[in-house]
Amino acid sequence: MFKKDISPGAKSKVKSSVQRTIRAKVLETYPLLEPYIEDILPKKEQLDLVKLPDRVSLYTLAQTPLFFQHMDDAILPHLTLVHQYPHAFHRLRIDRGAIRFVLSGATLMAPGLTSPGGRLPNDPNDTDGKYGTEELLPGTVVAIEAEGKETACMVGVLKMGTEEMKKAKKGQACEAGHYLGDGLWGLNLG
Amino acid sequence: MASDAYPKSVLYCGVCSLPPEYCEFGGTTKKCEEWLEQHHPDLHSQLYSKEAIEQNLASLSLDAQKRAEKDSQKKAAKAATAEARAAETRASSKILIKRIERNKRKYVTAVQGLEAFGLDIKKVAKDFGKKFATGSSVTKVPGGGDEITVQGDLSDDIFDYIVEHYKDVPEDNLECVEDKKKKKADG
Repeated sequence: MFKKDISPGAKSKVKSSVQRTIRAKVLETYPLLEPYIEDILPKKEQLDLVKLPDRVSLYTLAQTPLFFQHMDDAILPHLTLVHQYPHAFHRLRIDRGAIRFVLSGATLMAPGLTSPGGRLPNDPNDTDGKYGTEELLPGTVVAIEAEGKETACMVGVLKMGTEEMKKAKKGQACEAGHYLGDGLWGLNLG
Repeated sequence: MASDAYPKSVLYCGVCSLPPEYCEFGGTTKKCEEWLEQHHPDLHSQLYSKEAIEQNLASLSLDAQKRAEKDSQKKAAKAATAEARAAETRASSKILIKRIERNKRKYVTAVQGLEAFGLDIKKVAKDFGKKFATGSSVTKVPGGGDEITVQGDLSDDIFDYIVEHYKDVPEDNLECVEDKKKKKADG
């Protein structure tokens, strides 16, 4: 979505009623964020809405980007947020070979997840249950981690259910939303 | 992991802004490594130790390794040329400070070429306005591009201000010009 460098458009304040709906929506989508929601989206603080190209809107608190949304699609977390609260999101892991493709903005393909280095929910190699046991459906927002790395490298929306992925082992798995080093990552809000 | 304190603070590389573990996939790996060595030596020894690198390589097939290497070399070369070009434009571009006569004894000052030095001219315009307590705005130039127009004859003050506040701009690249007529002769 943000392959090219982008420049922020108009910045406006978010109405407090809208702010409440955003908060409710975030909690609905990411229930695990509940204990920290006061840190992420404080009730009293003024959120800002920054318009980005292609009808993407980015919600920021002071200078920190928090969530972005394309039209009325799912609210996606900014990667800095994923780095701060990694356990609150559905996570998948890709193998080492796929990292460089992801970081140059490619759509994530299923083999990167199904190969030995990758992790899907219910993975036999996943001993500490980090990647959950629930199969995920298409349309779920996932944070993509990488083999041998601690921090997530991409946030996207699943195109294929994880169950299907395990069976088919090919095809597009996850639409590239926001990855490390893309336009949104490099966005200067100062 | 579950007992970790949240929010986690993540360190970001000062060169490429990615978390240091992903530096190897950017184009500026060498610089990132140096930066990390200087600022966070413990992490550096952890990430760039010999075993770590060997382990990384071991998990890939030979063929994939070669491809990845080629790719990263290409990326590095690209980044290097981009940087060289940026440095060149920086060295060759000039900032023009023009004093333009509006009426007899009334002047405006126009500043051109700041954007080549990575400055956001909208912000700089605001700063000028604040500093000199005058109107200051960004206007379009007929030839393309933007300039900052500050009300009043401030060419010398702006010169000093730029030299003092924007360290990226070498003093030699600043130039003061005077425009006598209302219509701009070429600067």
